[in-house]
Amino acid sequence: MIRRALIPCFMIGALVLAACAPSGPSTSSPAASAAGTAAATAAGEQPKPGGELTYIVTAEPPTFDAHQSTTFATLQPISPHYSTLYKLDPADNVSKIIPDAADGLPTISADKLTWTVKIRSGIKFHDGSVLTAEDVKATYDKLKNPPTGVTSPRQATLAAVDTFTATDPTTFTIKLKYPSGSLLAAMASPWNYLYSAAKLKADPKFYEKNIMGTGPFTFVEYVKGSYWAGKKFADYFDKPKPYLDSYKAFFITDVNRQTTAIQSKQAMIEFRGFTPQQRDTLSRALPNDLAVQEAAWVCVNYISFNTKKKPFDDVRVRQALNIAIDRWAGGEALSKQTIVKDVGGLMRPKGPFAMSDADLEKVPGYSRDNKKAVEDAKKLLADAGVPTLTFQFLNRNVTTPYEPVALFLLNEWKKIGVTATHLVKETAAYQADMRNGNFDVGLDFNCDYFDEPDLQLAKMYSASGLGKGLNFSFYDDPKLDDMIAAQSKETDAAKRKALVNDIERYVIGEKAWMVPVIWWYRIIPYLNIVRGYRIGSNHYTTMDMANIWLATK
Amino acid sequence: MTTYVIGRLLLMIPTLLGVAILTFVLMRVVPGDVVTLRYSQSGSVPQEVIDRERKLIGLDKPLQAQFVEWMGQVVRMDFGTSLWTDRPVTEEISTRLGITVELALLAALVASTLAVPLGVLAAVKQDTWVDYVIRVFAIGGIAFPSFWLGILMILALVVWFQWAPPLIFVPIWKDPIANLAQLIWPALAVGYRYSAVATRMTRSSVLEVLREDYVRTARAKGVSETLVVVRHALRNSLLPVITVISLEFAFLFGGLVVTEQVFNVNGLGKLLVDAVAHRDYPLVQAIVLIFSFVFVFVNFIVDMLYGILDPRIRFG
Amino acid sequence: MTAPVAAGIPRRRDVEDSAHKRYLEDRGWPRARRAIGTFIRRRPLGTAGAAVILVMVVAAVFADQLAPYGPQEGTFTGLPTEPSLQHFFGTDPFGRDVFSRLIYGSRTALLVGFTSSLVGSTLGLILGVMSAYFGGKVDEIIQRLMDVLISFPLIVLAIAIVAALGPGTEKVIVAITIPVIPRVARVTRASGLAIVQMPYIEAARSVGVQAPRIMRLHIAPNVFAPYLIMMTAFLGQAILLEATLSYLGLGVVEPDPAWGNMLRGQGMQFLDQAPWLAIAPGVAISLAVFGFNLFGDSLRDALDPRLRTA
Repeated sequence: MIRRALIPCFMIGALVLAACAPSGPSTSSPAASAAGTAAATAAGEQPKPGGELTYIVTAEPPTFDAHQSTTFATLQPISPHYSTLYKLDPADNVSKIIPDAADGLPTISADKLTWTVKIRSGIKFHDGSVLTAEDVKATYDKLKNPPTGVTSPRQATLAAVDTFTATDPTTFTIKLKYPSGSLLAAMASPWNYLYSAAKLKADPKFYEKNIMGTGPFTFVEYVKGSYWAGKKFADYFDKPKPYLDSYKAFFITDVNRQTTAIQSKQAMIEFRGFTPQQRDTLSRALPNDLAVQEAAWVCVNYISFNTKKKPFDDVRVRQALNIAIDRWAGGEALSKQTIVKDVGGLMRPKGPFAMSDADLEKVPGYSRDNKKAVEDAKKLLADAGVPTLTFQFLNRNVTTPYEPVALFLLNEWKKIGVTATHLVKETAAYQADMRNGNFDVGLDFNCDYFDEPDLQLAKMYSASGLGKGLNFSFYDDPKLDDMIAAQSKETDAAKRKALVNDIERYVIGEKAWMVPVIWWYRIIPYLNIVRGYRIGSNHYTTMDMANIWLATK
Repeated sequence: MTTYVIGRLLLMIPTLLGVAILTFVLMRVVPGDVVTLRYSQSGSVPQEVIDRERKLIGLDKPLQAQFVEWMGQVVRMDFGTSLWTDRPVTEEISTRLGITVELALLAALVASTLAVPLGVLAAVKQDTWVDYVIRVFAIGGIAFPSFWLGILMILALVVWFQWAPPLIFVPIWKDPIANLAQLIWPALAVGYRYSAVATRMTRSSVLEVLREDYVRTARAKGVSETLVVVRHALRNSLLPVITVISLEFAFLFGGLVVTEQVFNVNGLGKLLVDAVAHRDYPLVQAIVLIFSFVFVFVNFIVDMLYGILDPRIRFG
Repeated sequence: MTAPVAAGIPRRRDVEDSAHKRYLEDRGWPRARRAIGTFIRRRPLGTAGAAVILVMVVAAVFADQLAPYGPQEGTFTGLPTEPSLQHFFGTDPFGRDVFSRLIYGSRTALLVGFTSSLVGSTLGLILGVMSAYFGGKVDEIIQRLMDVLISFPLIVLAIAIVAALGPGTEKVIVAITIPVIPRVARVTRASGLAIVQMPYIEAARSVGVQAPRIMRLHIAPNVFAPYLIMMTAFLGQAILLEATLSYLGLGVVEPDPAWGNMLRGQGMQFLDQAPWLAIAPGVAISLAVFGFNLFGDSLRDALDPRLRTA
């Protein structure tokens, strides 16, 4: 979902890029906190080869072609079959980018317009053919300019690119139209699997229904509605990985069945996230066999006000609805029962761009003094001429975390004399209503794989401009567009953070265009024989399972 | 007789056509479509792309044209391609159909094994505590929401035996034990549920027969009670019982949706829920047609059975 | 169904008189009292069922007086609390009193149950009687329509209705009503067919009594027993169905109190930590279904003369 490509510098501290200003924020700060029993990623342990990893995937992949997909349901079962040029370091899984199929980091010309990526030699596809720069070029050409009948939802992330060239079998050269700092992140995107040029040439839609990559596992079988299986690829380039002999991903939609699958040890782990109750049930049932990792998630719910409708075109009404929310108390209470926890603005709390709590408290809607805020909100509503506002609050019929979050909001709004009716629709109908502006106020959400303002702020662009199809508050605000573009061009990390924080204050406090509720919090309870997985900040990356091993007795 | 059979078979056509039209219209009245849904998480997809995709799968054509096209395919036994996975609908359905059929048969077996003896016993011991206990037990089957019963069942297995039904389906001819280990639990849950109606039906039809003159005569002649029940009452009350069980089978077939979800059984019901959620029109249409076909066909078979089992009924 | 026997070929007045007399007799209070007394003595299960229904109705009607708290009132702390003297069935994670929500939930349950089974059964009755009386083309068309409805998976219907019309209790009622119609229509048609062939109907027709009048006065009352029995049975089923729809995310929506969403939502989520959240609505649903079915069964036994114990 990267929209703007102009990011002069990526916040990947440890990794100093030629294009990067020297003063990035110091080493990445993985917010992962390993809670629970056994330390799963205990240092100094020697990975043990062998065994089969079993895990739960809570939805089924609509297509095998991750280039065209936008759901984790494609990545979680299928990523083990593929490599990408770069990837997130599995030991960190938050911000540190390391080479995957690339041989070292890219070298960047002095004018910052030519990037050269060396391809690791000896990488083999599962059919035995060798991966060359030609394959990488074919992959990126497909991503940038998809042939007819093929889509590429993240096409915009490569907007800065002019041409891709395979200079020689191990050299991939990228010519840019203008300097870009987000290109490395794009090449590390978990969606950008490397494909075979020959297969793509024969059929551009080949990868929708077939698997043929260079990843650590080869495809065994896929029983629709049931499971996905893969086995170790003997010729995988990154020896001695993978450690596992094979893996099976079970598709389970029922929440209670997911818990019982782990409880009965039919599956070892689920990578998206469980509720606190599921965690507690499992740790009570399996006191000696369970490990838990928890971390802040790059996911948040937004309240979208339909500014095309009265009275939500009135900033006072939106502000009132925003400041009435006691986020601090809400985060505390909701974190006990669902997958939200931290209070934050537009950037992930505790992430590299997040405001400090002290700064945040000054933003309207984040005050610790909710009593006063409630009075202020009532006054705003009275001023706007709607002291007893009534509206419908559109939500989707997914329990976790949408239902509790919505109930919390309805409660908060009741305090200021607002009657909101909970309008819950099935996902498809909900989406149709959101897109068509057929609602009063709606509960929206956003999830990304990386802490990056260009990703997280993409929704905030004007609805008739770059925010089309993303911005469900339907406002147009050229000033905001400029602010977002400006932070994107800023090379100095500290300055950029300041610009981003200004945007947060503007969007939430001043205009209340679209306001975040409470940031999501990821909880992964799993059997402690699973080693080598680091929770990170999202459920998309490091899903190739190359580093995972089983500590079986 | 032959004319009657043919007539009955022909009657299935308008019903199925009605179902086809209803499904077709309902699915298109419901907001949301597969293309927007597919890119639901990436708003950056331009409208042109969405329009192009819609055109590619023919969603831009007028409804009548889409319907005629679809009917044309169906007549040729071609159910089209799934809009969600782009695979032939028949391929999507074939593996699932077998699982659902087996589950429904197992459940019907459970239901009749419970219903017939219990129903007869309740009738013979009418208005005694035996009758009451059986009736309460029978109603128990329909007194729990199916998902609740299923979840409790799995939970009990996991808590008491640290074991849960297998997640992978194995055909019964390959490994009957593994097959049953997975399917017997949902079959028990559903079978118990459906035994409720059948038990009550057995009870009341046996009661009815027991009051017939010929039974009284038999009793008066001093024929033992067991013999009366088995020879006369049970035999003569079997017809309505078979009817109820077969009709229940038809209902049950379409009613496995929730149970399959709870037990994570990879059947047609689970597929239907997904297909509806994805607005996968051809797949929904095909599954609904299959459900309806099974329903009308079982009804037809029941009618035929009547003719064979009850000599009093003559087909005109 | 045994239809009332009419000796010879009655004249129109006789037909009306006998129906009228029966009508009067059935309505007589002493007779009703006697019938109720017999029912209680002879059918303990049915009486137990009736008692459950009575409790439900009282709870629903007097919810405002009976419930110690409002259905949406509570302090939001995040975790459910255990049953106590202040909260008989504890509170849910939103601090709402489960006992109160259960009482208000009976209102939703009865609303959904009564409306859908009453409307569904009545529509079914009308269609069934029309089918039986007119026969021929009308019968054919109605039967085919009923076949379509009966063989249509409920889930698709429910999703379509809820998604097309939007959520809310009324839509859930519509979704539950539709499948009732064909089932009742079939049974009433079958019973009606037996009556249409009775000589007194023929007689009424021959002397020119209007069709609607015949259907209303002669056929409908005679298929009233199966209608009543099915209606009671569907009442329980409707409550159950609402819970099932909740499982699929299509039932009554929070924060409105309904047993289905209580069981499915927080009940299922806190099964391990706070089982009372699931047990309370679970037991309420089961009791209600038991009540309606036991009562319905006994009612059938009482109304169907052939099943009367000698």
